[in-house]
Amino acid sequence: MTDEQPLDSFSPKGPLEQRWTQHKYNLRVVSPANRKRYRVIVVGTGLAGASAAASLAEMGYQVKTFCYQDSPRRAHSIAAQGGINAAKNYHNDGDSVWRLFYDMIKGGDFRARESNVFRLAELSTSIIDQAVAQGVPFAREYSGYLANRSFGGAQVSRTFYARGQTGQQLLLGAYQAMSRQVAEGHIEHFSRCEMQDLIKIDGKAKGIVVRDLLTGELSSHLADCVVLCTGGYGNAFYLSTNAKGCNTSAIWRAHKHGALFANPCFTQIHPTCIPQHGELQSKLTLMSESLRNDGRIWAPKNPADCGRDPRDILEQDRDYFLERMYPAFGNLVPRDIASRAVKHICDDGRGVGHEINGQKLGVYLDFADAIKEQGADVINEKYGNLFDMYQRITSEDPTQQPMRIYPAVHYTMGGLWVDYNLMTSVDGLFAGGEANFSDHGANRLGASALMQGLADGYFILPTTVSDYLARQTPLEDKDYPEVQQAMNYSQSRLDSLLNAPEPKHTPDHFHRRLGKILWDHCGMARNEFALKQAIEDIQQLREQFWREIKISGNDKQLNQTLERAGRVADFMELGELMCIDALSREESCGCHARVEHLTSNGEVQRRDNDFGFVSAWQFTGDVVQPKLIKEPLHFDFVSPGIRNYQ
Amino acid sequence: MNFILHIWRQATPQDDGFFEKHELEVEPESSFLEMLDALNERLIGLGKEAIVFDHDCREGICGSCSLVINGEPHGRHQATTTCQQYMRDYHDQNELWIEPWRATAFPVIKDLMVDRSAFDRIIQAGGYIPVRTGAAPEANTQPVAKPVADKAFDAATCIGCGACVAVCPNASATLFIAAKVSHLSSLPQGQLDTKRPAKMLARMEAEGFGSCSNYRECERVCPKQIGTDTISKMNKLLYQG
Repeated sequence: MTDEQPLDSFSPKGPLEQRWTQHKYNLRVVSPANRKRYRVIVVGTGLAGASAAASLAEMGYQVKTFCYQDSPRRAHSIAAQGGINAAKNYHNDGDSVWRLFYDMIKGGDFRARESNVFRLAELSTSIIDQAVAQGVPFAREYSGYLANRSFGGAQVSRTFYARGQTGQQLLLGAYQAMSRQVAEGHIEHFSRCEMQDLIKIDGKAKGIVVRDLLTGELSSHLADCVVLCTGGYGNAFYLSTNAKGCNTSAIWRAHKHGALFANPCFTQIHPTCIPQHGELQSKLTLMSESLRNDGRIWAPKNPADCGRDPRDILEQDRDYFLERMYPAFGNLVPRDIASRAVKHICDDGRGVGHEINGQKLGVYLDFADAIKEQGADVINEKYGNLFDMYQRITSEDPTQQPMRIYPAVHYTMGGLWVDYNLMTSVDGLFAGGEANFSDHGANRLGASALMQGLADGYFILPTTVSDYLARQTPLEDKDYPEVQQAMNYSQSRLDSLLNAPEPKHTPDHFHRRLGKILWDHCGMARNEFALKQAIEDIQQLREQFWREIKISGNDKQLNQTLERAGRVADFMELGELMCIDALSREESCGCHARVEHLTSNGEVQRRDNDFGFVSAWQFTGDVVQPKLIKEPLHFDFVSPGIRNYQ
Repeated sequence: MNFILHIWRQATPQDDGFFEKHELEVEPESSFLEMLDALNERLIGLGKEAIVFDHDCREGICGSCSLVINGEPHGRHQATTTCQQYMRDYHDQNELWIEPWRATAFPVIKDLMVDRSAFDRIIQAGGYIPVRTGAAPEANTQPVAKPVADKAFDAATCIGCGACVAVCPNASATLFIAAKVSHLSSLPQGQLDTKRPAKMLARMEAEGFGSCSNYRECERVCPKQIGTDTISKMNKLLYQG
């Protein structure tokens, strides 16, 4: 683990507000008549992938898209609830591109690139225009104009939303734009196909191997460049708010072909999830943190009250701990601060709800005061579908008794390292959306995931992919030995999974164990000793996995057990890298507290001089010996301050 | 809780299917799909093939899950998807019959999984507003009355699960199309394409779905409670257009 020459992101220089404009001018373009000669592969068709595919196809490129779901409309972007930020300043409350930029840089705890974040803030307004034109039914005021709310710690109202289903509506907009291109013959789409490997020809990304999940057949697809928009890796933790199928396989295979993996330990723990109810639970459900706009978070002051009906606990016996600890922001403190405070309360023995491994893991989120002040109708209008969701899962009615919440893994800021053009360190391989690491630093500001996915897909990738293609000669169709190599590798991997020497345990068995190691040792609070233990534990578990993985059926058929095993195998390797990264980052930052680096009153302490860089990890041929390459971060326009929300 | 399960098994689209019987003990807090997970863990342990079913987000929004439970698409608890059924909902029934969606246009792929790609092709036939990336005007240029926007949103919540087709005696996809038409054609941005209903309905017929004869079973089982008023709206547009 040594570092050599620092990485260059090729970020433009000059005044921040002119960088993207100037950069676009400097990039090459492909003439409309020539575009149909170029082929682009897009893997993953969530917000970033569908919007990129639609936009590239509209320009005239031949696009092939792939997703593991049975339709692009089911990608997990659909589950995003809260909203999407845009610096429209429709509320005349002092918002601007600069303010959104600053809020994101600060929210990310000064671990993101100024150039990228500014571009994202700049593009935010065009996304809203695009979505409205596509028919995305954003919330509106009685005037007929678009409504905004304040969200996730922002002190201005800049979040656009479609009730609690903003992700669904934006995804359907992108899916429909993509469907139009499928109908026009510019996109050839493959559902129920999973990428198995990347094909590099002469060092450049030129194709992929996919497995048809229905027939089990492996096939290769070639193009002039490859775009991965395959989402995040939160499912490494087993229990997360991700969909069951979300996985790291595409970006992990790319990593093993030389794409650097940046900041793998930066994972976001979301404070407002429905607490776990039992050991066999398959996933956690997030409730939008917009709930914190009107809900008040509290726990009993006295541990003896934790088992009581919350409605019987008197006002003076309740600890509204976020309001107490952070009077300026109260319940709207950023996610990491809220999550850690909740964990702290529960570790303190003041948690409520179901007991998991001998500990009650939950605190109350109470709407009683909001209903009293604003009326049940207003509160229902804002949160009705979230209340329904909560009641469906817990059989408790949040208008009658407080909700219970606990933090859960929600989003991964880490991902494939990309330069300013969203190209990875493999020539011709791009990454967009949650699959890349680029814009959220060490913690993602609320309502900015949808924004980033769509900025990448609608506006950045079409521009930068065009520049790349302008410098390529269209790939000739012929037999390349690299294709057969990748096919052989993919097949041999499936064979190893199916032929473990002592088959004993299911993929889920191993996945649950991996998840527990990561949650306990590489979650909200970490320390050197625990991380070293975790690395050892994961290595042992991985060895056991390849020896004892048990899969029924074969690879020449629809086999969901085999699919799952392949994904778990990749999580096993990534999990170790997450711990290695966490171990090497000896500072508390964003979502993560390194317990060795806290202030005397328990707040996180960054170490800008020593860790003001992006950690980009290179695969060296041996999973246990990755090489760290640093990209130094420069702050020319904002000065990294201490995040103080008190 | 103890359950006797009769689960549809079908190896390929061509094979005949049959109900396979299992007995299982589960916690009332377990979700319906977690119950199937537990059964699958047991089957894999025994070296038998796991039961295939579609699922993904497990929070009622992706539209993947699609089981008919004791004759009801998505199960007995209304206004929700299969993944959000909980075993406590079945405290008074200890025998469950679990089947896939059944419709000519949704052929069974394996066990409980069906092919719903026909829905994608219906959207491709006209379920979009044709605006090129970059061509959009400033978003507030065109105000939309709140009641109109709200109504469009109600229709737009369709998750494309296909329960409406599964329950319909005609296996019609009319509600699915009407929801999309109602969403897009209510908004000023979507009103230019007057042929949208006709194009989507023609595709529906070509895919082998039946037509609507107003049974209104679809709105009863829709997990997003999309009403048949959307069908009235679509029909009005169809005859105007």
